[in-house]
Amino acid sequence: MTLPNMLSRFARTIIAFIQPKHVMTNSSDRTRQGRSVSEMVRLVRAATATLKQSLGSWLSTLENKTQAIFNRYLDSGYDPGASDSHTRREEQGIALRNLSVCYGERCAFEGLSGEFQSASLTAVVGPNGAGKSSLLKALAGIVRPATGEVVCDARARHRLAYLPQLDELDRGFPITVAELVALGGWRNFGSVREPPPRVAESVFEALAAVGLVPIADRQIAELSAGQLQRALFARLLLQDADVILLDEPFASLDESTTEDLLHCLQRWHVEGRTVIAVLHDLDCVRRHFPSTLLLARSPIAWGETVSSLSADNLARAQKALIPAEHVRIGGVA
Amino acid sequence: MIGQFIGYLIGPFGTFGFMRIALVACFALALSNGPIGTLLLMRRESLQGNVLSHAVIPGAALGFLYAGYSLAALTFGGLLSGLGVVGLAALTARSRLQRQDSLLIAFYLVSLSFGVLVVAARGSQADLMHVLFGTVLAVDVKALVLIASISSVTLLIVAIFYRPLAVESFDPAFLRAVGGGGGAFRSMFIALVVLNLVASFQAFGTLLAIGPLLLPAAAARCWTNKVWPMIILATVIGMAAAVAGLLVSYYANLPSGPAIVMGAGGLYGMSLLVAGRMRLRAKTS
Repeated sequence: MTLPNMLSRFARTIIAFIQPKHVMTNSSDRTRQGRSVSEMVRLVRAATATLKQSLGSWLSTLENKTQAIFNRYLDSGYDPGASDSHTRREEQGIALRNLSVCYGERCAFEGLSGEFQSASLTAVVGPNGAGKSSLLKALAGIVRPATGEVVCDARARHRLAYLPQLDELDRGFPITVAELVALGGWRNFGSVREPPPRVAESVFEALAAVGLVPIADRQIAELSAGQLQRALFARLLLQDADVILLDEPFASLDESTTEDLLHCLQRWHVEGRTVIAVLHDLDCVRRHFPSTLLLARSPIAWGETVSSLSADNLARAQKALIPAEHVRIGGVA
Repeated sequence: MIGQFIGYLIGPFGTFGFMRIALVACFALALSNGPIGTLLLMRRESLQGNVLSHAVIPGAALGFLYAGYSLAALTFGGLLSGLGVVGLAALTARSRLQRQDSLLIAFYLVSLSFGVLVVAARGSQADLMHVLFGTVLAVDVKALVLIASISSVTLLIVAIFYRPLAVESFDPAFLRAVGGGGGAFRSMFIALVVLNLVASFQAFGTLLAIGPLLLPAAAARCWTNKVWPMIILATVIGMAAAVAGLLVSYYANLPSGPAIVMGAGGLYGMSLLVAGRMRLRAKTS
């Protein structure tokens, strides 16, 4: 029932109540007056009953609507019944169509088309300023493409995880390692609910997997770069995403940390997740990544790592940036 | 001796109604300024907070121009121009004309000048002082109800949406990825800041409104690096500064708004010295 409808019905009941009362007040008969009082009470009850009834239905639709708005805009990540990683759907590749990202007049990269296959492990390689980080940001939906589009089903389902370069995180924020990792389980509690007990268990498992259990209660401000990256990987473990984007995950990390985190990466690959990582170390790429995208403002090569990283392609990638660097000094990574 | 001292402390509040109302208004403000100031500090957006406090001026001034000291006009004017400047700043930031700092500084200066010109064109020197520095002792019951309502609504919203508000402040990309509604919470937070500045404006004026918001939070930041204790401590420090400032202004016959902000500043300085010596590694901003 709509609000105007309801109001008019209420008004009609009120009018029906007032008219007989008007007649009765003319009468001086006491018993009749007593009757009219009980009559009045009865009529008031009847009137408020309809009001209650109609208001009740109106209130419940209002409640449903508010709930829907809340779910849509403030808490769309709450999805406790979401399927686990092993029952994941097939469609989790990312298709790019003529994708470009520009900052003002300057384009980070242009005209990128192709597809990151479902369950692939791809390295994105290229000289500084080639647009690698911008590509990842576009995939994650953080920057808007200047042209073209990204088709990514996982992103719409909030099954995409993005790990920015380590220095983009505000490390001064007062949060402990365990709390940071627990945020990975967002789908279990969303914006407002209390985390269920099983989140604490999976936090412990994830911390154990990256070897951070002893320092679970430390503030993230006290961690070394390697420890912080381990914590963020633990959060990724909890996030259980179908698509994982990593921006220079091993930059400035010591060897043993890199080793451990590569282990996580391999695990995700085996589990059938789509993993895309921006990397600098070509030896590491050759050893661990089946496919590679070589990017230098425009795509140079995209395919199997061995053929993408041929000496010829690498030389072309270096050259591709030289003319532009002459025009403008200082690039956007 | 001690009894006499306590008499000095509570005497003014017992004797004068306006002192009591001012104290309650400051307490209500401290309650909501605690969480909002802490989150603002955590986001490293103190400068933006300052700009917002000045963005309230033109609207409040125009409200004053048309309706005099009308609570509704001042409040709605301030609210509208505050949110308007936020929108304008967001638009210009998206166009990437310039770095955001310079844009914010420009908004801050232009808003302040425009507001002063508007008030000066119609009102007196006293009106100008009222708009710029507020008159916490002139807060009446209507204004008190407004302040208390804003404070209650703020506390309620922060209590419900604490998690996404906090996560949005240090890792917005993550919040967006997990579907926490990143942009919505950013807007919600800024709206809360503007709302609290409008409430603060009644008592402290546009120039000082940011003081009771940020100084107690900055002082609390020295003592702890957990968010909840920080919020509670910021609230307590805000209340202590209010009591101290009101008493000083009463006995020394000084303006109360600046006295309260000075009190908060003094507590911040003490916290820096004492806690900073205790924990050299604590970051303060």
